[in-house]
Amino acid sequence: MTLITPRKLAGIGAAALALALTLAGCSAGGAQDNNAESNNDTGGNGDSGYKIAMITHETPGDTFWDKIRAGANQAAKDTGVQLTYSADPAADKQAQLIQTAIDSKVDGIATTLVTPDALAGSVKAAAAAGIPLVGFNSGIDQYKDLGALMYFGSDENLAGATVGDKLNDGGVKHPLCVIQAAGSVALEARCAGVKSKVAGTENLQVNGADDSSVVSSLQAKLAQDPSIDAIVTLGAPIAMDALKAMDQAGSKAKLVTFDLNQDAAQAIKDGKIEFSVDQQPYVQGYMAVTALYLYLKNGNDIGGGQPVLTGPSIVDQSNIDTILPFTKNNTR
Amino acid sequence: MSTQLKPETTAGAAPSEAGNRVTPHWSNRLLSRPEFGAAVAAGVILIFFLVIAPSFRSAESIFTILYQASTIGIVAVGVGMLMIGGEFDLSAGVMVTTAGLFNALFSYYLGVNLIVGAITSLLFCLAVGFLNGYLVMRTGIPSFLITLGSFFVLQGANLGITKMVSGAVSSPDISEMAGYDVMSAIFAGSFQIGGVTIWNTVIYWFVFVAISGWVLQRTRIGNWIYAVGGNAASARAVGVPVVRVKIGLFMTVSFLAWFVGMHTLYRFNTLQAGNGVGNEFLYIIAAVVGGTLMTGGYGNAIGVAIGAFIFGMTSLGIVYAGWDPNWFRSFLGIMLLAAVLVNIYVKQLSTKRKMG
Repeated sequence: MTLITPRKLAGIGAAALALALTLAGCSAGGAQDNNAESNNDTGGNGDSGYKIAMITHETPGDTFWDKIRAGANQAAKDTGVQLTYSADPAADKQAQLIQTAIDSKVDGIATTLVTPDALAGSVKAAAAAGIPLVGFNSGIDQYKDLGALMYFGSDENLAGATVGDKLNDGGVKHPLCVIQAAGSVALEARCAGVKSKVAGTENLQVNGADDSSVVSSLQAKLAQDPSIDAIVTLGAPIAMDALKAMDQAGSKAKLVTFDLNQDAAQAIKDGKIEFSVDQQPYVQGYMAVTALYLYLKNGNDIGGGQPVLTGPSIVDQSNIDTILPFTKNNTR
Repeated sequence: MSTQLKPETTAGAAPSEAGNRVTPHWSNRLLSRPEFGAAVAAGVILIFFLVIAPSFRSAESIFTILYQASTIGIVAVGVGMLMIGGEFDLSAGVMVTTAGLFNALFSYYLGVNLIVGAITSLLFCLAVGFLNGYLVMRTGIPSFLITLGSFFVLQGANLGITKMVSGAVSSPDISEMAGYDVMSAIFAGSFQIGGVTIWNTVIYWFVFVAISGWVLQRTRIGNWIYAVGGNAASARAVGVPVVRVKIGLFMTVSFLAWFVGMHTLYRFNTLQAGNGVGNEFLYIIAAVVGGTLMTGGYGNAIGVAIGAFIFGMTSLGIVYAGWDPNWFRSFLGIMLLAAVLVNIYVKQLSTKRKMG
């Protein structure tokens, strides 16, 4: 191949521009029809002057994290805080992002503590720099040791045990616990919680980034072991895949899930999903920001030295009518 | 088949050599076929799982495996042809998600029929494929880098645009919209034969493999593809339209990615914007396991199909066997390496025997 001539470069530029315009075109079409987004609500009384950084281990494009961000954004609006959000699923990069927040001299940091060992250095550096830091979503057992002031989230083990108890009550003997992200401490803890109550619990790894592969794997598992009498999924989209697999395999197993989205909420209303264990991600994001605001403004210590639990909140047919509209707002 | 003797660097010389071709023994002809190693590996893996996993031994299980293989195999048909043509496409995995998201968001927010959205989505995907091919040919930058770029662009756009348009990171449920019934029957239909569910993607997969096999082995375009993959410069010297062939191959991959994107959207009715990442490697693995050379110029459609089947069989066989799921990926890796090793071994064997 020859070098790029200016004429060719112009051609390439035109092609790239065409792509950009196509992309912009299809988004502009939607913008005018955009329905009310949850964080368009009014609220807040201007600028409180505080800068808060939120750092998570979000996997991009996951509905769960979208709710955490929606909650955090609403809290920032309500309290007039300037919020910056960043995320990286890799522990070392998340630690680096915390360091970046310290370097930019924010007033407070809210972070998930999913890999406590990897994040310990950065969390301590925040304390050394005099920046208050709160943990949320994960790290309930380690946040104090690391030097975080407060914690908002659910106790994964407790949540799993709650599911296990309820399954026991329903006479379930052999539940299948579906892990959609290999090697996740929080997801393993949930399944361990279920197993602590129902000894016959079995785990299954699936590829959460590919719905058709999740369905096939579950279908295969149900065919391999017809004694499975309950499926526990750890995320709302996986629950929808499980419904398809159960349908295919003709399985009569009970379906239980963690988290909510609009489809899962509808399935609970329709009786296809027994119940969901909601850890209320919106509240996690909201409280993490609000707690920092109150600490900075008023010296408050929410939880009084104890973790503040946002779950397990059980959503079933008894309360789904109240909750269903909130799932449509992306707040629950 | 007429091309089993095609040397690895055909370079457009095939027609003129036809006169002095020697017909070797049938066993050598068999061994020198690209898919032979993969077929042996598939046979070994199949017998292995049939022996150790009782639930593997039902028609139902086989069709679940074929379904799983088809969702990888359809795109792999295009990726395999592209690799024979000497190029890579790393954007194919996310493009599947892009295609579905484009269709869902476009139709939902403009309130148009889903069929219109699907056609627009197809045009968009073909445009991305054209751009991939055009940039590779015009800049001379390796396709690995160009499509890595488009991979990131699409991945970001999937998230950014979905969030911007729908206010969430998944597409809206499209199952109540006009055109849904037709589209879901076409792309995500299934039928029952003797209590076994057969997804129509399996049929489509076979059809695409047949078309690809026919194009590669029986048409002039097929010769061109082997020629540009073997040696683009000599192919150009003998009058092969290298640029058009390669751009066409990229657009073929885009078309097939769109096709699977349509299946995913109409089977699941909603798509998470982060999905699809990583599948580009599965397509390449299917092609490589199926005997396609990573350097281009060698491979065939049946081989790629067997490669996808091996992937489906391995990933689900582990589940059917009831093995500890924590080791899932390790088992998968070992199986795939073993498949490639068998492949190389058989290829060496055939080369030695040809010389002797």
